[in-house]
Formats: sequence, structure tokens, C-alpha cells
Amino acid sequence: MWTWFYKLASPPYVYGVAAALMPWFLGLALLTIGYGLIAGLGFAPPDYQQGDAFRIIYVHVPSAWMSEFVYTTMALAGGIALIWRIKVGHAVAAASAPIGASLTLLALVTGSMWGKPMWGTYWAWDPRLTSELILLFLYVGVMSLRSAFEDPARGDRAAALLAVVGAVNVPIIHYSVVWWNSLHQGATVAKLGKPSIAGSMLWPLLSMFVGFMLFYGAVLCLRLQGEVLNRERQSAWVREAIKS
Amino acid sequence: MNMSNALCVEKVHVWRGDRHVLQGVSTQIGPGELLHVSGPNGTGKTTLLRVVSGLLRPEQGSVTWLGHSIVEHRADYQAALAYAAHEPALKGDLTALENLRFSVGLKRRSKPQELRGALERTGVAACADLPARVLSAGQRRRVSLARVIAMQASLWLLDEPYANLDAAGSELVSGLLQDHVAAGGLALVVAHRELALACNVRRLELNS
Amino acid sequence: MTVSAWEAFWLIVRREMRLSFRRPEQLIQPLVFFLIVTTLFPLGLSLQLSLLRDIAPGVLWVAALLSALLSLDFLFKSDADDGTLEQLALSGHGLTVIVAAKTLSHWLVTGLALVLVSPIVGTALGIPVEAFATMLVSLALGTLTLSWLGAIGAGLTIGLRRGNVLLSLIVLPLAMPLLIFGAGATDRAISGTNAAGALYLLAALCVFTCTLAPFAAAAALRITLE
Repeated sequence: MWTWFYKLASPPYVYGVAAALMPWFLGLALLTIGYGLIAGLGFAPPDYQQGDAFRIIYVHVPSAWMSEFVYTTMALAGGIALIWRIKVGHAVAAASAPIGASLTLLALVTGSMWGKPMWGTYWAWDPRLTSELILLFLYVGVMSLRSAFEDPARGDRAAALLAVVGAVNVPIIHYSVVWWNSLHQGATVAKLGKPSIAGSMLWPLLSMFVGFMLFYGAVLCLRLQGEVLNRERQSAWVREAIKS
Repeated sequence: MNMSNALCVEKVHVWRGDRHVLQGVSTQIGPGELLHVSGPNGTGKTTLLRVVSGLLRPEQGSVTWLGHSIVEHRADYQAALAYAAHEPALKGDLTALENLRFSVGLKRRSKPQELRGALERTGVAACADLPARVLSAGQRRRVSLARVIAMQASLWLLDEPYANLDAAGSELVSGLLQDHVAAGGLALVVAHRELALACNVRRLELNS
Repeated sequence: MTVSAWEAFWLIVRREMRLSFRRPEQLIQPLVFFLIVTTLFPLGLSLQLSLLRDIAPGVLWVAALLSALLSLDFLFKSDADDGTLEQLALSGHGLTVIVAAKTLSHWLVTGLALVLVSPIVGTALGIPVEAFATMLVSLALGTLTLSWLGAIGAGLTIGLRRGNVLLSLIVLPLAMPLLIFGAGATDRAISGTNAAGALYLLAALCVFTCTLAPFAAAAALRITLE
């Protein structure tokens, strides 16, 4: 198994793996998301409390969950790259950051859309939404830091350190936001929790979770190819790959 | 040459962005030797110095001191070296003596008389109690040299030590280097001018 | 003959103090900024103390955060500019000790100063004297934690163009829990309920940060120095 890990540190190997996996990820993602959307939006019965408005969870909850997953991945990849000096880790982190930020934005927008029928307002300082907002700020910080350096290698390392520090802080931020919200909760604000789930609602939701994960995988593979090529553009194997 | 006393640089590669600044540089310095690193601008002389000092970790290759990697034995290595960068590295709001007391004080305990003695040796004893920001560039260079002497380190890493100095100052630097090397010390000097030193000088020419 | 880490720590603290007091304007400016920002709120909102009291903890804390951020820029900048940071990095003591000494000294002259000035600001915002103890403790813990977080951010952004904007961008999200617990504690003290819970949380956060941040900040400096 260790030989596989060693191979993973090699940019050309990773490039090849990403290129091979991408179509599979994309295909499966389209299938699972397709099923999830059709079953969830079209066929699942309306919630007895929220009516049809609850259907936004099919997009909101997976995207919120994925935004956190991607941040963790980004921090892990960056941390590994920082400690063991494996440059591919930086490529994974750089490729994942915009994906995660977009997912966070999606979670915020869909959360806001859900807010209107739930609370009558497009924004409320709900703990989930507030945490997502702070997560977006963390993403923007990492991306800005990376691009602020003229030497891309130093930019990668700085961004990786920041991502790790941010990852350590995410649980703290979550807890503090929940605590804060419990102090100030007004009567009209309700948590954007999952409504009580019946089977016909649950399966599409799970499918969407899997689908979003696969979608991240697909886009990551695509972006990773680009990142690896860009970072290794001086090396021999890239010139060979371009010629062929 | 006693290998265990040497500084060894082996096949060091450094990239700065797209530029392959150091391409497999190898060299070594033994006690009583001075390595003069020269070359046109932009060929990586300062980069090499920073790699040897341990500030910059090379992409590939290694630097060893007394047979040990400088990364693993960082504290011991740093205790044995004195680094003088292109800037004199003095706090403008502290006097020359206070600057020395602080920098040297981190490496070893010293008495103020010793430090004043070092300042005298480099010809700036009169500046000892003046804030560094009122000193001229040449005086600051002499204070930074006094710091190098006062640290009593075996390895000197100097980046353009002759900069901003007049003829008398250049003679002073040459004298200090010769004395240091004669006493068994090691020195790596980056200088784009020619050195006329009466000691064991090896040359490393970097070109792009 | 070699100097211990403890001796090095105090040597650096003494140097920092000496340097700070020779440049008093660097100490005074953030304090004045603190006072100015707090003045903005009554000007923009209301001059009635009873109304201001409700928002006082938040205003106080936001102003403290912003002025602490302003002064964080100075933490490593001067040393990086004149080359003494490299000398420190090569002094034979790990960057962790150096960063710890510099951050602590920085807090002593900036954060602590904010804490000492806060009763004035508190009075101006209508905070009752009974709440002062909580306010002072929460600000002391909060500014200390913020100095540590800021050390990480400052270490990462030395020498970057518009580094101070980036510094704020990086540090403020990480500082939000601080704001929540600190303002929450002061708020509870004003309303008369028990603020101990919030203070304990703040203290825990402070301890957590003080333990881990030096390593992160040292790593940040190592990256910058390369």
C-alpha cells in the first residue's frame, strides 16, 4: 500500500489518474444528481409543515455539507504538502478551493431562498447560515493569500498553513455561533434543520449527497489536471505530454 | 582535510517561480578556508548563501555541517555561524552597542567591554552610543562587522561585506577575514569584486 | 556559555519594550483609533446612553478588534524591513520562542493598553461600573488571543502588497468566536446575569490559542523568510 502512496506523490501519475477517473465521476454524478432532483423535486410528497418549500434541502443540505468536506480536504491536502513537502498536495488544495467556495455560496443562496417561505425574510442570523458565511470568508482568505504571493511556491505554502489554521478553528466557530444564537433566538427564528424525514424524501436526499460528492470528484479531477500541468510546466514529462 | 570539520553543500537545486536559480551546486569548505562566491547579478549568489545559512530550504540537495544535516541540528549549526546580509540589519532606534548586546546576547553571554572592543576593532568605537539611524552607511556596515566578530562564530557567511566601504574599510574587511581564516575559522563570502587576500581562498563562480 | 531559551525570551521582550517606548506614537495611534471608532457609533446612531448601553458590548469589542488589527501590522514589519528578522531566525533559538516573545511584548504595549483605556470608552457608551470587571477581564483575554491569531496572520502577510488588508481578511473570521464570547460576557454582566460561562469559554479559547498559535506563527515566518 505504501508504494501506492509514493505513486500518489508523483505528478504525472496523479495527472493520469485524474484524467482516467474524471469521466466516471462525472457520469455517476449526473446519474445520482439526476435521480435525486427528479425524485426529490417531482415525486417526494410535500412536507406537512413546510409544504413544497422544503424541497430546497435537496440542494441546500448537500452543498452545505460538501462545503465543509471540501474545506477539510483542502486543509488536509495542504497540511500533507506542507509537512512532507509533497507538491501534489498543493495542487489538490489549489484546485479544491474555488469549488468549495462556490458550494458555500450555493449553500448560502439556497439557504436564503429557503428563508423567505420559512421566516418571511431572505436572511436571518441562523447558526447554520452564519457558520456558512464565516466559512466563505475563510475560503476567500485562503484564495486571496495564495494569489498575493509572486512566488507561487510560497503562496501555496502560506495558503496551506492558513487552511490548516482555519480547519482547526472551524469547530470552534461552529460552537461559538450556536452558543451565540441560543442567546439571542427570537420567537420567529427557527433553525434550518432537516424536517422529519420519510423514506421517499430520504432516498433522493442521500442520492444528492452522493451525487455532490461525485461531482466534486469530477470537477476536482478536471481542475487538478490543469493545476498539475501548470505547476510542472517546466518538467520533461509535461513537454512530452503536450507534444503527443 | 579533516572532513568532520567541513561545511558540505551537495547538489543543491532551488527554483524561484519558473527560474532554476541554483542548478545542482556542490561545494565544501574546511577549517582555515575561505570560499569566494562570485558571478554576475541574478545568478543566485545570495540564494546560495541563504541556503547555506538554513533560511531557505532547497528543493533538492543538502547542506551538512560537521557531518550532520543543518535542518536536523539547527540550533547547533546556528550557534556556530555568523550571518551578515546585504543590509546591515540594525535597529535604527537602538544604539550600536545596544544592537550588539542584543544580537550577541542571543548567542552567548558577553560583557559590554568585549563589545566595545569589537566596535573599536572595526573603527566605530565613537558610534557605540549613537542610535543606528544617525550612522552613515559605511559606519553601519562596520557595526555589522563588529557584530560578526563579537559572535565568535567559526563559520562566517557574508554577503557583499565590502559594500559602502572606502579603501580603509575594505582593508579592514580583508584583514578581519585573513585573521579569522588564519585562526582556523571558515568563511563563505559573496562578492562580485575581486578579493586580494593572503589566505587560502577557493573560488566558486556561478553563471546562469 | 550558550544562552537558554528563557534568557533569549526575556532578552527579546526587553528589546521590544525598549523599541516600543522609543517610538511612542506607534503605541498611541491604535489607542486613538480605538477612541475614534467608538465615537463614531454615538454620532451615527444615538446619543442616549440607555440606547447605547444595549449595543455597547458589541461596539466596544468591534472597536477593540479593529484597533488591535491596526497595530498588528507593526509586529514583524519593522524587523522584516531592516533585516533583523533574519538575524533573529539565525540566532540559534527556534522561531517559536522568538515569536512568543515578540507577540507577548506586542500585547503588553497594545492589547493591555486597550484594556486600560476601556473604562473610559465603557463609560462613554453607558456601560455601568458594575460590569467593568467582566469587561476588563474579557478584553484582556480577548486581546491576548487576538495578538496570537494576529501573529499568525502577520507572519503570513509580511511584505505583501496591501498586506494589512489581507491581514484583516485572514484574521477577522478567525476572531469571530472571540467577539461572540467577549461581547456576550460583557452583555450578560450589563444585564446582571452570570457572565462566568462566557468568560470560561473565552479563557479556554485563549489557552487553546496561546498553546498552538506560537507554532503556527513560527511556521508562517519560516515560509515568509524563504
